[in-house]
Amino acid sequence: MNAAFRDPDPGGAAERTVDPDPRPKAVLEGPDIRRAMTRIAHEILERTKGGADVVLLGVQTRGVTLAARLAAALQEVEGRPFPWGSIDVTMYRDDLRMKPARALGRTEPPPEGVDDRVVVLVDDVLFSGRTVRAALDALGDLGRPRAVQLAVLVDRGHRELPIRADYVGKNLPTSMRETVRVLLAENDGRDEVLLGEEAR
Amino acid sequence: MNRHLISAADLSRDDALLVLDTAEEMAQVASRSVKKLPTLRGRTVVNLFYEDSTRTRISFEAAAKRLSADVINFSAKGSSVSKGESLKDTALTLEAMGADGVVIRHGASGAPHRLSSWVRGSVVNAGDGTHEHPTQALLDAFTMRRRLGELAGRRVTIVGDVLHSRVARSNVLLLATLGAEVTLVAPPTLFPVAVGTWPCEISYDLDAVLPKSDAVMMLRVQQERMNAAYFPTVREYSRRYGLDAERFARLPEHAIVMHPGPMNRGVEIAAEVADSVRSTIVEQVANGVSARMAVLYLLLGGSEPAIGKEVSP
Amino acid sequence: MTAYLITGARVLGGEPADLLLEDGVIAAVGRNLAAEGAERVDAAGLVALPGLVDLHTHLREPGREDAETVETGTRAAALGGYTAVHAMANTDPVADTAGVVEQVWRLGREAGYCDVHPVGAVTEGIRGEQLAELGAMADSAARVRVFSDDGHCVSDAVIMRRALEYVKAFDGVVAQHAQEPRLTEGAQLNEGEMSAALGLRGWPAVAEEAIIARDVLLAEHVGSRLHVCHVSTAGSVEIIRWAKSRGCQVTAEVTPHHLFLDDRRAAGYDPIFKVNPPLRTADDVAALRHALADGTVDCVATDHAPHPVEAKETEWAEAAMGMIGLETALSVVQEAMIETGLLDWAGVADRMSAAPARIGRLAGQGRPLAAGSPANLVLFDPSPRRPVDPAAMASKSRNTPYAGLTLPGRVVATFLRGRPTVLEGKLQ
Repeated sequence: MNAAFRDPDPGGAAERTVDPDPRPKAVLEGPDIRRAMTRIAHEILERTKGGADVVLLGVQTRGVTLAARLAAALQEVEGRPFPWGSIDVTMYRDDLRMKPARALGRTEPPPEGVDDRVVVLVDDVLFSGRTVRAALDALGDLGRPRAVQLAVLVDRGHRELPIRADYVGKNLPTSMRETVRVLLAENDGRDEVLLGEEAR
Repeated sequence: MNRHLISAADLSRDDALLVLDTAEEMAQVASRSVKKLPTLRGRTVVNLFYEDSTRTRISFEAAAKRLSADVINFSAKGSSVSKGESLKDTALTLEAMGADGVVIRHGASGAPHRLSSWVRGSVVNAGDGTHEHPTQALLDAFTMRRRLGELAGRRVTIVGDVLHSRVARSNVLLLATLGAEVTLVAPPTLFPVAVGTWPCEISYDLDAVLPKSDAVMMLRVQQERMNAAYFPTVREYSRRYGLDAERFARLPEHAIVMHPGPMNRGVEIAAEVADSVRSTIVEQVANGVSARMAVLYLLLGGSEPAIGKEVSP
Repeated sequence: MTAYLITGARVLGGEPADLLLEDGVIAAVGRNLAAEGAERVDAAGLVALPGLVDLHTHLREPGREDAETVETGTRAAALGGYTAVHAMANTDPVADTAGVVEQVWRLGREAGYCDVHPVGAVTEGIRGEQLAELGAMADSAARVRVFSDDGHCVSDAVIMRRALEYVKAFDGVVAQHAQEPRLTEGAQLNEGEMSAALGLRGWPAVAEEAIIARDVLLAEHVGSRLHVCHVSTAGSVEIIRWAKSRGCQVTAEVTPHHLFLDDRRAAGYDPIFKVNPPLRTADDVAALRHALADGTVDCVATDHAPHPVEAKETEWAEAAMGMIGLETALSVVQEAMIETGLLDWAGVADRMSAAPARIGRLAGQGRPLAAGSPANLVLFDPSPRRPVDPAAMASKSRNTPYAGLTLPGRVVATFLRGRPTVLEGKLQ
């Protein structure tokens, strides 16, 4: 069983060094992803009553790209910039000792900080919930938000912790054997969510 | 076999850049409301100091504590054989305590190398005799990179007692790995005879080198050298190899002045130079914690180290 | 006394011959010898050499019996093919009186594995200040002819001059440990690329060469014999070559380790490679091999220097200097000199037996393997190659730098005046 596929591990490189399934199926394509982000932007504004105190924090690596897109989508609707930044959870992970020491990603909250803000954590795939748990710990060390919410592009189920997303681009029922790969133009050259079978 | 950081030469270019990039992230932590990371929770780091060096010890201690490691300070002054327990017996003790990392400062060159063959944990050299001090070189490179940008092609001048300086040795090796051009400046008595085999230039003439320097690192003149005929008098040394205000003025506008500390103000460096805005001396102290956090994280933060070198017993 | 008929041995590596040992002497050498009642030793394929003579052995007794004793050291010597060793004077107490040298000499006779010739100290307590009673040691039962402060240099030019002059009265020789003390304060490793990289205090070649240059001139001036211990640099070789060309009575020795190991071995800071004089560069090693081959350096001497484990399991700077060498000397010389074609077995017999016996004025050692010579000889099998195992050594100490290395050759038998001290590779 390949740990990199069990946990989406957005900060880790392992996920992308493993050959993808020979016949992965595209479950979301460019326009689907765009529409999902626009919908999430609207939901955020609705849930936070105009998003006055909202700060977006993308979880490294693809969560950061999605946070940037969400900020742009929010700005398009509201006509003002939304603060966004990045958070790297590597040093807060509970599986550090299971792999060699890893390179760190940037943690760069917006200059406004996170104190008393409504922080929306943004990630690409929600799976076991362990990355979000680590992100909550990391966030606690950056400051004290008024509230924390979670936005994900794909929720594939199989939670191992009591965590759920507030905003979901697509619920994607999967088996444990399947793999979900999110490709984004800024990182990977194209927008696509692929569902594959883990190589045996 | 485990990996260790004993010499700056143990780091490949990729390793060195990984440490510097990681140190950059670690530096951010110092500005947060909670200056602590849970990363090394449950790991034990032993600071094994056979020489007095409060600066280096507290720097490593702060680094380990910011990463939530348990820190045990073990100071064993004096030589190990003549004054009690041998280094090997101490190593076996540390082994029994389950040290994941051992930071060692020792007056004998090669002591960390020996230690690494007797313990399972990763050994970090915090200065051994007149051999090396790799984390000092890392914090210096980190400081230079923050001030000057990428180091490839940068000209770094290191001035002083090269013969006895572990700082100079480690800096030459690391800066060469990073592609900087190093020039060592000293009176001929303070160069090793084989310095020509090192990856750097050498010069006896500080004034000739200064105008071409992006960074000048002044080394401390040890008290015991002053009385051992390496140079006629402290005054003459200071006149020929000290960085005074006049020489400082000959540096390019962007150039920085560094010193590993502790300084002899008025000997190798004038007070007004040490206190100028282009001096990085205080920054180097803060950067030391970040660089050492990076080293400890990369050695101890995973199932196995991401940097360093195996040592054959 | 049992007679031995050694059959088919290659005498000095030459054609097979038989040797008959009777009453402590070689009774006959020739083909198809027969001898009633003699014990036969099949030596087919083995090289027969005269028993080896070591000019430079530290037996550590009295004083450091935890590292070596006369008995354990001479057992090691016999296993290495030696029939005589010179026991260095830096014991505790120092061998600077007739009493101490006679004690060591007597211990050697009691052990019986090989002849032990004590070296007398040149100065009292090897402190370099006051001449020891050289004449009393020469006249003692030990009949001392070699005098040395080894471990320390007789650095005072006047003391050295007086010593050289004084020993002429009994045809003695001063064996100088050439090490200028001020140039080597705290020195750890040959001064050069390795010492610079490792941050170990440099031990300059000039500290050895300057003393040798001074001493050959002194020896020439007073017309006395000088022997230079453990020559380790190419520069020393040049000075000795020059001195010999002028007719100075200078002889010199080189250790097996200086013929085989260079300072790159120190890279791991393992003090097993810490020795005085230090391991030098590969160029020095090459120069020493050629000097031994052309006779500029007269002989091989082991500088066998046993140390207890704890003296080496430490930091480099704290560690004791020295390595054991009696049991590996012939193998190392085979590797360094025979396998490289620099010497043949006759040459090895000269450099490891005849020459050192001549320098030490040992009448009964280093003689040709011919009828009438004392039956001191070694049978050596040059064919096997095997890893060096410190645990299998007879020395009380284990500080061999060759542990784990594969070396050629094996001592099969050693005879001391017709009596085997080693047979089939085992002590008798």
